Amino acid sequence: MQVTRFPSRASGFADRMSGFVAHLRMNGMRVGPKETAGALNALSLIDATDAGQARRALCAVLAGDAEDWRRFDDLFDSYWFNAGKQREGSAKSAHVRVQSAKPMIWQQQDKAQDDVQSGTDQPTTPDPGEGEAEGLDGRLIATRTANLSRRDLRELMDDEALNKAERAATSLACAIRDRRSRRRKQASKGPALDLRRIQRASLARGGEPIDLYRRTRPPRPMRIVALCDVSGSMTVYSRVFLAFLKGLIGSGTEADAYLFHTRLMRVTDALRDHDSLRAAGRLSLMAEGFGGGTDISGSLEQFVSGYGARALNGRTIVLILSDGYCSSDPQALGAALARIRRKARRIVWLNPLKGWENYQPIAASMQAAEPYLDAHLPANTLAALAALEPQFRKL
Amino acid sequence: MTLSDVQNGLAAQGYVADDRLAMALHLAQALGRPLLLEGPAGVGKTEVAKAMAAWRDTRLIRLQCYEGLDASHAIYEWNYQRQLLAIRASEAQGGASEAQLFSDEYLLKRPLLEAIGEEKPPVLLIDEIDRADEEFEAYLLEILSDFQITIPELGTIKARVRPIVILTANGTRDLSDALRRRCLYSFLDYPSRETELAILQARMPEIEGALARQIIGVVQALRKEDLEKTPGIAEMLDWSAALAGLGVNDLAQARDEVQATLVCLLKTAADYDAAPPEVMDRLIGKVA
Repeated sequence: MQVTRFPSRASGFADRMSGFVAHLRMNGMRVGPKETAGALNALSLIDATDAGQARRALCAVLAGDAEDWRRFDDLFDSYWFNAGKQREGSAKSAHVRVQSAKPMIWQQQDKAQDDVQSGTDQPTTPDPGEGEAEGLDGRLIATRTANLSRRDLRELMDDEALNKAERAATSLACAIRDRRSRRRKQASKGPALDLRRIQRASLARGGEPIDLYRRTRPPRPMRIVALCDVSGSMTVYSRVFLAFLKGLIGSGTEADAYLFHTRLMRVTDALRDHDSLRAAGRLSLMAEGFGGGTDISGSLEQFVSGYGARALNGRTIVLILSDGYCSSDPQALGAALARIRRKARRIVWLNPLKGWENYQPIAASMQAAEPYLDAHLPANTLAALAALEPQFRKL
Repeated sequence: MTLSDVQNGLAAQGYVADDRLAMALHLAQALGRPLLLEGPAGVGKTEVAKAMAAWRDTRLIRLQCYEGLDASHAIYEWNYQRQLLAIRASEAQGGASEAQLFSDEYLLKRPLLEAIGEEKPPVLLIDEIDRADEEFEAYLLEILSDFQITIPELGTIKARVRPIVILTANGTRDLSDALRRRCLYSFLDYPSRETELAILQARMPEIEGALARQIIGVVQALRKEDLEKTPGIAEMLDWSAALAGLGVNDLAQARDEVQATLVCLLKTAADYDAAPPEVMDRLIGKVA
């Protein structure tokens, strides 16, 4: 075991502990001075010279949720055992390392991605990197131009379009947000009197109904769970779709976003991150394997058996953004969708290919999927994305 | 009280706690802070509280959360009927003082107030907190950080002793950061093979070693299968009890009994279909 090297400026153990808390904070855990005090307090109650005990005690005090709890061991080692020295250094320059490790799609569109992350409130300045990105997309289009009857999403990669995609997502989310329950629930203000509670409260007043209680229909917001395909065949759409996801997450609805290619990852928190640079870094770390093959059924199964338990309920709309080209067994896709179907209210498949002329869902996986879908809608143009709103009102 | 006391104490109650959980429980008592336990269903989150109460020989006060739970069900309420009766009765005898009506006698204590009023630190179990509304979480904040409750007619009631508070959550919804920050945290996962074997032996010493290892092997393998509801520890114990009740000594020799008792482990029709005799044969073959 290596001995912890204290930095020369560290004045003592408390200083070192606050360094540890800062280290955790830098790695995305929500801890502050109160936790530092709590940690020192906890160490005074145990045999702090036993590393195992100290580790477990600090974990109980400092971890806030399941993810923190799983990552804690690594973070602990990296700080206290100087597995640390390099890793700490690299954590500071994480973005540099991240960029070099970025798959193609992120390197080219990194700058634009930052704009997407920072949302609509920042003035969008024309940036020099953009032209190149478009050029790249242009080259990609050239091979398939014949297939396009209308302007396809992949042509519309400028910031304006991304903002539009975000706005489309926001209005879509708003369209389904405003649902009210049919039941009434007690509330401090409301149109109807709650006779039962009034009568109950009148007991305290000798049977005179003096305190009036009211009832209202509480909002029952629909939730959106969006699963976005980022495999090779979807590369050209993925930026707009990411902007779309960002819009969904930022719309104030309960929304959850996932990306998948051969695996599935949750990106809700990354998209919600206010620090756009860090968000881009986090997304690209997750994006390893972007632009590769697709395993839709595997990813969906992973979703149902993992996140699905929490994310799905009777008020959830599941959005799947994918072209349905999939290397896995179509039967498995059907089975996975059937499982989602049982837990969620609606499944909507947004297919960029559907907007093409003469498109038939001949891909075996799409055929297997169709029976389980409530709607199979085109999403190849921004207009198509915006036109989804009335469709969603009906759901 | 030291860490090993916690572990031994719980072990004496037949609860096998791993090191991290034992540490969290030890700190929860020593620091007087609530402990938030998360994890999949059936890994013994609620059971911890019961074992703690039995070990400390104190009351277990349980508050089961549900949607729409409010302060009058969780904290306190005045017993209006009794107050009215008291007024009527005293009218006949000539006037009662109003102060009397708002005294302890007419207060209906709900779990949270009860926990604060105890002489000996009770174990307060707030079960499935994520089922309650967010407003209720806000009520809890005052109680969990200061251990006091304000009743307008009586004033603020401070806890005489700090109860041991255990909150459990299943991940129905995300808990607020404010609540998480007030709690110590521990995540309970499905136990390892050794731990689960220890649990089975602690709970059912009458099951012999060979069979116990077989049972644990099958259950652990079954958890790796693609199931909708993964069997937890409670299911494993049910199944063991069922097998023991049927007088099974060797799973490989009792295929019919195994298939018949699978209802203890698998709780949905799809899961039941996913474990036909061939699959069970394979699993048992692996561990036998």
